[in-house]
Amino acid sequence: MSSPSSLLESAPQPAGPAGPEPGSAHRVSGGLLDPRQLVASLPGAIRKLDPRVMVKNPVMFVVEVGSVLTTVSAVKDPSVFAWAITAWLWLTVVFANLAEAVAEGRGKAQAETLRRTKTDTMARRLADWRPGQASAQEEQVPATALRLGDLVVVEAGQIIPGDGDVVEGVASVDESAITGESAPVIRESGGDRSAVTGGTRVLSDRIVVKITSEPGKTFIDRMIALVEGAARQKTPNEIALNILLASLTVVFLLAVVTLQPMASYAGAPQTLVVLVALVVALIPTTIGALLSAIGIAGMDRLVQRNVLAMSGRAVEAAGDVNTLLLDKTGTITFGNRQAAEFLPTGEVTVAALADAAQLSSLADETPEGRSVVVLAKEKYGLRARSQGELAHADWIEFTAQTRMSGVDLHEGGGVHRIRKGAAAAVAAWVRDNGGETGGELGAAVDRISNLGGTPLVVAEHRDGSAARVLGVIHLKDVVKHGIRERFEELRRMGIRTVMITGDNPLTAKAIAEEAGVDDFLAEATPEDKMALIRKEQADGKLVAMTGDGTNDAPALAQADVGVAMNTGTMAAKEAGNMVDLDSNPTKLIEIVEIGKQLLITRGALTTFSIANDVAKYFAIIPAMFAAVYPGLDKLNIMRLHSPESAITSAIVFNALIIVGLIPLALRGVRYRPSSASALLRRNLWVYGLGGLILPFAGIKLIDLVVQFIPGLH
Amino acid sequence: MSPTLAGVLQASVLVGALAAAYRPLGDYIAHLFTSPRHLRAERGLYRLVGVDGDADQRWPAYLRSVLAFSAVSVVFLYFFQRLQSHLLLSLGFPAVKPDMAFNTAVSFVTNTNWQSYSGESTMGHLVQMAGLAVQNFVSAAVGIAIVAALIRGFTRSRTDRVGNFWVDLTRVTVRLLLPLSVVFALVLVASGAIQNFHGLTDVHTLVGGSQSITGGPVASQEAIKELGTNGGGFYNANSAHPFENPNPFSNWLEIFLLLLIPFALPRTFGRMVGDNRQGYAIVSVMALFWVASVSLITLFEAQHHGVAAQAAGAAMEGKEQRFGIAASSLFAASTTLTSTGAVNSFHDSYTPFGGGLTIFNMMLGEIAPGGVGSGLYGMLILAVVAVFVAGLMVGRTPEYLGKKLGAREMKFASLYILTTPAVVLVGTGVAMTLPGERANMLNTGPHGFSEVLYAFTSAANNNGSAFAGITVNTPWWNTALGLAMLFGRFLPMIFVLALAGSLAKQQPVPATEGTLPTHKPLFVGLLSGVVLIVVGLTYFPALALGPLAEGLN
Repeated sequence: MSSPSSLLESAPQPAGPAGPEPGSAHRVSGGLLDPRQLVASLPGAIRKLDPRVMVKNPVMFVVEVGSVLTTVSAVKDPSVFAWAITAWLWLTVVFANLAEAVAEGRGKAQAETLRRTKTDTMARRLADWRPGQASAQEEQVPATALRLGDLVVVEAGQIIPGDGDVVEGVASVDESAITGESAPVIRESGGDRSAVTGGTRVLSDRIVVKITSEPGKTFIDRMIALVEGAARQKTPNEIALNILLASLTVVFLLAVVTLQPMASYAGAPQTLVVLVALVVALIPTTIGALLSAIGIAGMDRLVQRNVLAMSGRAVEAAGDVNTLLLDKTGTITFGNRQAAEFLPTGEVTVAALADAAQLSSLADETPEGRSVVVLAKEKYGLRARSQGELAHADWIEFTAQTRMSGVDLHEGGGVHRIRKGAAAAVAAWVRDNGGETGGELGAAVDRISNLGGTPLVVAEHRDGSAARVLGVIHLKDVVKHGIRERFEELRRMGIRTVMITGDNPLTAKAIAEEAGVDDFLAEATPEDKMALIRKEQADGKLVAMTGDGTNDAPALAQADVGVAMNTGTMAAKEAGNMVDLDSNPTKLIEIVEIGKQLLITRGALTTFSIANDVAKYFAIIPAMFAAVYPGLDKLNIMRLHSPESAITSAIVFNALIIVGLIPLALRGVRYRPSSASALLRRNLWVYGLGGLILPFAGIKLIDLVVQFIPGLH
Repeated sequence: MSPTLAGVLQASVLVGALAAAYRPLGDYIAHLFTSPRHLRAERGLYRLVGVDGDADQRWPAYLRSVLAFSAVSVVFLYFFQRLQSHLLLSLGFPAVKPDMAFNTAVSFVTNTNWQSYSGESTMGHLVQMAGLAVQNFVSAAVGIAIVAALIRGFTRSRTDRVGNFWVDLTRVTVRLLLPLSVVFALVLVASGAIQNFHGLTDVHTLVGGSQSITGGPVASQEAIKELGTNGGGFYNANSAHPFENPNPFSNWLEIFLLLLIPFALPRTFGRMVGDNRQGYAIVSVMALFWVASVSLITLFEAQHHGVAAQAAGAAMEGKEQRFGIAASSLFAASTTLTSTGAVNSFHDSYTPFGGGLTIFNMMLGEIAPGGVGSGLYGMLILAVVAVFVAGLMVGRTPEYLGKKLGAREMKFASLYILTTPAVVLVGTGVAMTLPGERANMLNTGPHGFSEVLYAFTSAANNNGSAFAGITVNTPWWNTALGLAMLFGRFLPMIFVLALAGSLAKQQPVPATEGTLPTHKPLFVGLLSGVVLIVVGLTYFPALALGPLAEGLN
């Protein structure tokens, strides 16, 4: 926000209600997986078999090396078993690559759409331009030749050649190429709506734009790189998890390599194929295969919500946020004051007041005036009369000077005047017309002010009698439906919400209480915001905020998660680590949820992957040693058909589970906001216990099929 | 009183005594680590060796101090044994052979106390007292010092200092181990353990034969042997020897002593991190494994099938008549779960599953409750791993006690959990490929394999107990097991101190509703599961070829 006074004006209009209803299950989800995507991604998956690529994923690299070893072994000493294992090991690697390729493929489609908008634009560069100067020297240059600080002119129908700020003029711009939103937006010089993006089209008028980005580094270029995953780097948590997985891989490698001398002593030396199969079954291939897909899909889920995260690190940080700074307007409230209540004075009935309030507001075109009519209709069943409906009526429109609106009705001989407006203005009108403004009115006005609302007074004056006050209308900032519940959810997740507003402390407090935020910052200046962020961070907390103005930029840069509105200035977009193309500040809450879901998916699949090993041991160990130690056959609790079918089944399960879990990795696990204990309990049951039990059933089922393959029994 | 009832009573009184000691002892140790005051004797000592007792060290400096102190100790102990014949009170024993001297020096410095020799026929009194017994104190103190540094990593913020090793070492030795040892040595003497400087004494046995038995300062060494989870006995028969462990009371006391400090340290941890519930959670996991292990071993030993066993009523082979099944099993479970390695019965003679459990206990990594200090730091590392995986499942980058577990922290934790299994598995694997070395087994088949597996598991986990049977006093075994002890002790310490340094640098994150609670039963269950699965998965193939193959046949 630019300043407290312009807060209401500059704030974007709310884009829809405050998100879906609270408590609706499965709020965060991505698109479904189309089986055709799997087929389409297959060539990409095969290309990724290049060991130079594979080595970046230590777990799957071990599987690939194992596949090569078993292939050599199967060639030298062919058998159905050796070839079956070899084939399924290769499939395991391909499936892992497939997961990544599918995740990347979704981004590629989006990048393609973006690229189409990036046509070879010609720019009309101005040689020497000064503000207000009508004619300047113009030259045609390709957009790619534009440099920082160049000035270009763009007229209706032309495409803006690069990112920049409007320095002269005002124009409506079609930004659908980026936002997907077809309604044009206004861009004008000065203020917080001066930023234009290269690749968007001017629909009307003429603007002069100062270029703010180098060619190849424009917003659209960065978007393409982001959604394609070209700029993707492993996030800190991903690196940490990779280290743990690599270490588990080494432990299991050692366990199997050292098993051979022990097995030889027992009189049951194992073939290379069996040993490789054991290693692959034990190392955490499931999570190893899906890890990078989970990360890509997490970014992708943001893109689907029209949020561009500049780094995966920011998405992870979003899951860790402790404090949300939310602008009141547009996020918590609808942004304009609305009539909420009619408070009659004296012997006036509510119905009479509502009637008078409605009549006096018909000529008031301001949002406040409209809301009076709406309230009278919704709460008191008064049909909104049109101005032509009443004969002999003179309508008095609202003006900033009179601060009143009303109507003069010519009834019989006299004139019935009704006025509605600012308390001071109407009170003065009443006194001028011989009426009194008693203590009751003052009390009502004060009470509304104390609640943070705005009082409007309604009064009437009939010819021949003194004017009298009918009552007061309570105008207030209306809190969005369902936002209170969302804050409660956030509190359960351990996230504190702080409302930022330019209102005075009294008004701010009233709205804060109604919305249920934990704290508020009233009469907030950018410096106050910055100080608040610093204070929270000094306590070790992570802070997320949204912003759009140039003077928000420092705070956006300081915050751990800074979401810039696309309608905002280029400075704000540069400073934040995410851009919301819909410019909907409520989305911050969704971003936090997506961040959490990303981490949960990683943890859940890791747990699942490790828990899987128990069943695989029970399949493979008896298969390896029951011949020499018949007692070990008691460990074959799945009663698998033969040693060969048991080992094959374990490896087939191991490969198929990767494919089976690709949709989950892309979609993310189910997430509902709740406390850490509740989340942990649920996920431990589903993925811990599930991971323990499912493979027993899966391996048994596969064994029931493969036992019929000749050579495996 | 039936043997079962007696066993249950013994264990119950033991739990009660440990519970009573938990708070006062844990708080006292926490005080040792946080108090700024030095005793006059300590100040004198610091001046003597040129240490500034008020200057904290960065983790590399702390580590260098640990390694330097231990290296000097090994060298000193080695030459002490090699020069034994020239020393006082040698009882006429010759110099110890180089490979055995190396093995023994490493063994006592690493708090393992693996003994490839018979104490009474190899070591003179001076070596026992001024060499081995001194290491019983300081090697235990080193372990406790390391865990102090790790806890400071959690409690401190934005600093690169993790404490002063020399101060920690001195305080633990002077203010904790020495006073407790003196008191309990007297109790042991009172209950019948010997304490003298006699040489060989001829005694007439019940069956009419005669034996020459060395006397010696046994009770004093016995107290610290258990208190410091050392386990190196004065006699070859260790705590099965009546001079070390004369009766059921002394037996109970020794079990109490070896569990005392490891079980109290979680309190120290909770106290220092400012949340005693954290200590209760950790001690619960330790207690869970200890109770389960004691129960299972007792069960397997009491219910053995077999002609001899059934005639005797239980698997009494290798167990002392005066202790019986319950007290032997209690001792066996406690000594293998604490890295003590003292024995009052012969684990080699246990039933396959009972003996297998003693191996499994050590494979857990000596964490339930583990060695003094090393048990707690091992458990805390596994807690870090558990928090890392579970923390992700609550939708935050994982944090334990307010400290984020990032790539650096996970690197050290991963290396820690990798090290000991690597040493055990590689050691065992190599031994099994060498027909000459493997011929030292007493038994054949899976039981013979268990002997080798036990030896490397015991050495790498710094336990020091032996499955007996196997002959390990050869140059190869002395060297291989010596190296296993060295790697198993000091590599993990490097990672623990590095982790401590990395944690201490961080600014703590405040706990909220969204933070994974690490003091609740759910976490206790989770951590137990991680311990079980991480260990179980690593060693399952090896266990299958040893105890499982034997027991299931």
